[in-house]
Amino acid sequence: MLKLEQVYTDIGELHIIHNVSLNIQKGEFVTLLGSNGAGKTTLFRTIAGVLKPAFGTVEFNGIAIDKLPVHKIVDLGIVLCPQGRQLFPELSVKKNLVMGAFSLRGQKSKIKKNLDRVYEHFPILKERSNQLAGTFSGGEQQMLAIGRALMSEPSMLLLDEPSMGLAPLIVKQIADVISNINHEMDTTIFLSEQNANMALNITERGYVLESGKCVLEGLCKDLKNDENVKRAYIGA
Amino acid sequence: MFTKPIHTKLLLGFLFIAALFLPLYVPDSYMFQIVITSLLFAIATSSMNLILGYTGQASLAHGAFFGVGAYVVAIMTKAGWSFWIALPVSGLVATGIGFFIGLFAFRTRGHFFAIVTLCFGVILFQVAENWIEVTGGQNGIFGLDSATPIPFPFFGPIEFSSQPAQYYLVLAVLLLTLFVLHRVVYSIFGLTFMAIRNNEELADALGINTFATKMVSFAIANFIAAIAGGIYATILGAVSPSAISIMITFNFLIFLILGGMATLPGAVIGAFMIPIIMEFLQFMENYRMLFFGALLVVVIIWFPMGFFGGLKTINQKIIAWRQSNTSEDSNA
Repeated sequence: MLKLEQVYTDIGELHIIHNVSLNIQKGEFVTLLGSNGAGKTTLFRTIAGVLKPAFGTVEFNGIAIDKLPVHKIVDLGIVLCPQGRQLFPELSVKKNLVMGAFSLRGQKSKIKKNLDRVYEHFPILKERSNQLAGTFSGGEQQMLAIGRALMSEPSMLLLDEPSMGLAPLIVKQIADVISNINHEMDTTIFLSEQNANMALNITERGYVLESGKCVLEGLCKDLKNDENVKRAYIGA
Repeated sequence: MFTKPIHTKLLLGFLFIAALFLPLYVPDSYMFQIVITSLLFAIATSSMNLILGYTGQASLAHGAFFGVGAYVVAIMTKAGWSFWIALPVSGLVATGIGFFIGLFAFRTRGHFFAIVTLCFGVILFQVAENWIEVTGGQNGIFGLDSATPIPFPFFGPIEFSSQPAQYYLVLAVLLLTLFVLHRVVYSIFGLTFMAIRNNEELADALGINTFATKMVSFAIANFIAAIAGGIYATILGAVSPSAISIMITFNFLIFLILGGMATLPGAVIGAFMIPIIMEFLQFMENYRMLFFGALLVVVIIWFPMGFFGGLKTINQKIIAWRQSNTSEDSNA
C-alpha cells in the first residue's frame, strides 16, 4: 500500500532522513520507533507531502505521491495527525471535526456518518461538541486530533507520537482506541512513538529509526526481545 | 448544521425594522450624512473582517482597495458611463489588483504579510496622488453626479440625489454584503478561512489548499471594499487622495478591533458606533484621539475580541456550562 524507496529528506541545509525504505501492506498496524531527533516527524511529514524528499520515491497504492501537493495526497486517503495535538483552538469541537472532513466537502450524509462514528469512539467529544477546542485538557485534545483525522475516512492514518506528554492512564486509553480503529475500521495505521512499550504491545510490526537511518525492522515480538531495542527504548 | 437561537433572530428582526424607519427619526441632515458614511464604512469594515478577522491575514492595503473603488467610479462616471456599470467594474478592478498583490504578498506570513500589504497600499496612494492626468493628483476628481436614476414602471425613475434614497441604497448594499459574508462564513469554505487563521500548517495537513483559499478570501474582501468605495465617491460627489490613504485602513482597523474581530455584527457595530461617538466628542477637538487611544489599549488588553467578541465569549461560557450541567444530569 505505502512504499518508500531510498528516501532522503533535507530541511534547509540539514540532511535529516538518509536512505529510508519501507513497505506497509493494507490493514497493517505498524510502528516507527525512535528517540528524540531521530527523524520520525520528518519522515511522516515527507510521507504526507508537507515536506518533499530530496531523493527517492514515495508510492501509495502504486501512485507516486512524492511530488503531489498535500491536498491531493489527502484526497488519495493518507491523513497525518501531526505531533503535539495540533488543533484549531478557537473553533468548537464539532467544527474541528467537520474541518477534518474537508476532503469530503459537499457530501453531507457522509460527513454526518463519520461524525457519528467518531462520537462513538470518543463519547467525550459528543458531550462537549460546542466547547472550544483550546479549552480541552491534553488527553482530550489528543482524542480530538485523532477523531478529526478519522473524519475524512483515511485508508491510511499517520499518527505522530500521540502519547507525547500524556499521563500513563490516558496513554492506555488512547492506545486502546487506536487498536480499535485498526481492527474495526480496517484503517492502515502507521504510528510513530518514543513509548516503545506501548507501541510494541499494540502493533504487529515495527521499524526503528536512528539519526535518520532505518537501523532495524521486524515483528514486534522479535523487536521486544532485541537487546538494542530493550536497552535504548524499554530500559530493561 | 449551525443554527441561530430564536432570541437572536428576534433581535435581528427588530434591528432591521429600526433601520428601515431610521430616516424618520434622524435629527438633522448632518447627522444623516454621518449615518450614511458610517454604513459605508460598515460595508468596508465587514469585508476587512473577512480577510483579517476570519482568515487571520492582516491586509493593510484594505483602505487602498476602498480608494481604488472610489477612483474607478469617479473616473468612469466622469467619462459618461452609468454608475451601475462603473460600480461592478470598480469591484473587478480592485479584485484584479488584489490578485496581483496577493501573488507576492501571500508568499509571506504574519507580520511580514502586514508590512508587504502596507507597502502596496502606500504605492496605490502614491499613484493616486501623482498620476495627475487620470486621478487629478492632489485635487482629486470632483463634481460627480449622484448615482444614475433607475427607470421604474408606474412610479417613475428612482433617483439617488436625496439623503433617504442614498441611505436606502447603502443599507441595501450593507444587507447584501452581510448576507453574502454570512453565507461564506458559515459554509465549509468559511471554516477553512478560520482554520487557516487558527493553525495554517494543520490546515495544510488536512488537505486545504491554503494559498488558493487565502487568495479567494482576499479577492472577496477587496471586491466588497471597492464597492463601498465606489458608492462613497458618488455620495460625496468627489474623490481625493484622502479616500485612498493609509488613514482609511487604520480607521477600518480601529472599527474592527473595537467592534469585535471575526464576528459579523462586530464590524458593523464598530463602524457605526465610533464615528457617532466621535461626533459627540467634538468638544474635545483633537484630544478625542487620546480617548480612542486609551480605549484601544483597554480593549486589546482585556477584550481582545472587541465589544461583540466579549459578548460572544460570555455566551460560549453559558453554553459550555449548560452542556456540562445536562451531561451531569444524564450521568446521575
